Amino acid sequence: MKKKIGVYVCHCGGNISDYVDIEKVKDAVRDEADVFLVKNTLFACADSSQKMMEEDIKTQGLDAMVVASCSPKLHLNTFRGVAQRGGLNPYNYVQVNIREQDSWAHSDNPAGATEKAIQLVKAGIARAKESEALTSMKIATTNAVAVIGAGVGGMRTALGLADMGTEVYLIEKSFFVGGRTAQWGSVAPTNDRGDVLTAGLFNEIQKRSNIKLFTGAELIEKKGSVGNFDIKVKIRPRGFDGNATTDEIQKAVKACPVSTMDEFNFGLTQRTAILIPQKGQYPQQPAIDKALCNQCGACQKINSSFQPASTNEEILSLHIGGFVANTGFDPYEPAKGEYGYGEIDNVITLPQFKRLIELNDNELVFKGKKVKKIAYIYCVGSRQDDDEGKNKYCSRYCCTSATHTGVTVKNKYKDVLNYHFNRGIRTYGKAELIYGQASQQGDVFLQFTLDSIPQVERKHNKTYVKVKDILTAGKTIETDADLVVLVTGMVPRENVELGHLLKIPEGRDHFFNEIHMKLKPVETVIDGVMIAGTSQAPKNILETLNSSMAAAAKVNSVLTKGELSLEPTLAKVNPGACTWCGKCAEACPFDAIVQVDNEGKMVAKVNEANCKGCGMCTPVCPTDAIDLDGFTNAQIGAMIDALAEL
Amino acid sequence: MSTKPKILVFSTEKISDPAIDLAGLLKKHYPNTVYTISVPCSSGIKPRWIMQAYEKGFDGVFIAADGTDCPYGESCVEKTSAIISVTHDLMRQKGLKPSQLKMAALCSVCADAFVAHINNFTKELAKKDN
Repeated sequence: MKKKIGVYVCHCGGNISDYVDIEKVKDAVRDEADVFLVKNTLFACADSSQKMMEEDIKTQGLDAMVVASCSPKLHLNTFRGVAQRGGLNPYNYVQVNIREQDSWAHSDNPAGATEKAIQLVKAGIARAKESEALTSMKIATTNAVAVIGAGVGGMRTALGLADMGTEVYLIEKSFFVGGRTAQWGSVAPTNDRGDVLTAGLFNEIQKRSNIKLFTGAELIEKKGSVGNFDIKVKIRPRGFDGNATTDEIQKAVKACPVSTMDEFNFGLTQRTAILIPQKGQYPQQPAIDKALCNQCGACQKINSSFQPASTNEEILSLHIGGFVANTGFDPYEPAKGEYGYGEIDNVITLPQFKRLIELNDNELVFKGKKVKKIAYIYCVGSRQDDDEGKNKYCSRYCCTSATHTGVTVKNKYKDVLNYHFNRGIRTYGKAELIYGQASQQGDVFLQFTLDSIPQVERKHNKTYVKVKDILTAGKTIETDADLVVLVTGMVPRENVELGHLLKIPEGRDHFFNEIHMKLKPVETVIDGVMIAGTSQAPKNILETLNSSMAAAAKVNSVLTKGELSLEPTLAKVNPGACTWCGKCAEACPFDAIVQVDNEGKMVAKVNEANCKGCGMCTPVCPTDAIDLDGFTNAQIGAMIDALAEL
Repeated sequence: MSTKPKILVFSTEKISDPAIDLAGLLKKHYPNTVYTISVPCSSGIKPRWIMQAYEKGFDGVFIAADGTDCPYGESCVEKTSAIISVTHDLMRQKGLKPSQLKMAALCSVCADAFVAHINNFTKELAKKDN
């Protein structure tokens, strides 16, 4: 119990004192038990006021402090600092909000505001009386990071971390790095090639000894907490070990009897069970798709480096300090019949079209027919209304990518005509120039709203797109098209296990969720777990790289000091009252409660490094044996009593 | 009884506190007999605290829940509901009406929603008292 409490009531200029009678508040609390001094300040946060409080703590020997001023969001840390500089434990400081939650909220009722201020300050004093000094625990940390996903973002994160001296484990689920970017040819706005970008990044990774790359690898287990995670990574057998000539590889592919759609080309072509690295995918070594291989052995007969029967699965145990999840996106897959997709032959998606451009060097040909007229339908799988689907968001990259693709095909094949059926073009930033270029080269832009979306129809052996164009006074305009390109948005990559393992919360749109998109844009509520790239939200390559570098810097800054202090407001168990029923452990979402032997009795214990201080474990205890520091029964109970007086 | 019932609000530091602060910033008024205690997460509110509030003279308790926005995970919704149902049982034993305990999810910018909830709750409680 604290017995020498200093209470400061702030005028906040007139923000508080114009409505709350400060003198009345002071008079009302002056005689509260254990209040040693009561003062008012014009601005409690001013330097001079802070110095005065520090002096009071030192010279008067205060053992707790209350400041009644603005919201703790603004100045809790300011006054915790004052307390600390004066020699008090920062957790013996209590902030009372008499501005946002009193003088402003009740500016219509000054007498009522004064009455409420008195009660709030009394509750603050009661809480301070019951406050306990808390110390942050310091733990040693490991400067090593697991980067999950080796697309353009994950590789960039790995390089950033490696150059700051952090040990990096780059974990890629597929047998090749490069991610989505390796699939693209020319990319906006600079016309770099996607595969050249990924080649450059892979080349840099090869030069760094502190990046360990694992392909065909997946995180399967995570234990521990920030600074010290123990993880297990499963590495699937590649099915190829050694060397083979290009000719031998080609022969093996020919000999393989398996045929399935090639994901790299989004089903435009077929592949066998032998996975051949494409341009921009590394390492440039084949692999065997175990799920499809029928073990016929034909490839092995051509070169013994092919080992279809290999079951050489490896489980790797690693000790790391943090994670960056950079797991990317999937293109939205339109529903069957959405704008004719899956029903009309020449309706494809933008990612498919971008692959088609890569597969057609001289002439643009789709299913044996020359393509001249291309109709792009925008916002497919983005900005949906309730009838259409759940993707309410704009996918950001697609307007730019579609107009850029229009420019690319016009340059590459000359005689094509582009019709853009859009809902308002959002080529933000530098990409606006691409929109200008597309307009100048003669692309036609038609605009629709959600209540009259374009109709795709097959008649007289041709495909037609019809729309009510709001740019021509709502007239219905129809064109035939050799190819209809659905400009599909981004959806989060299927990642149920990973999200579950790392306990990363999902936002409304089912992408991974950061704490705050402006203030903590790459951090999650799980300390030491960062997110970046399109795992967070739709982003273009530039934005992906920005967040990837941010995540590298952020996780490095946590680990580079070698030790870290934990927030001390944690749950604590009273072993005397605990009868171990396990309910608290069950309620804890962070695996922070373990069963231990306490002098022959099994009781619950809080693993302080894992506890987040949410308090979920406290209401479920049948014997009330668990409390949250800073929010104990004594503190909250005293506050309720104080507020209920009157 | 007073026409201004006393309400205790349990609010959460990261989600609903900012909404209640915002209501003040925008000078959206509600009765001055509404007091807030902040906790990290609505699923950490002990039923005994709520019962203590009634015993000591509060007419109503309002839980500003985190809902699905909870930074500690989605299980918050289910756990907060469980606390409400346990408390409802305790309230029935003491002869309190379940309607004296209200819960609503409040997002960090839901200032209007907070004021509307509180004004309605105040009206309801005042009616019952008469």
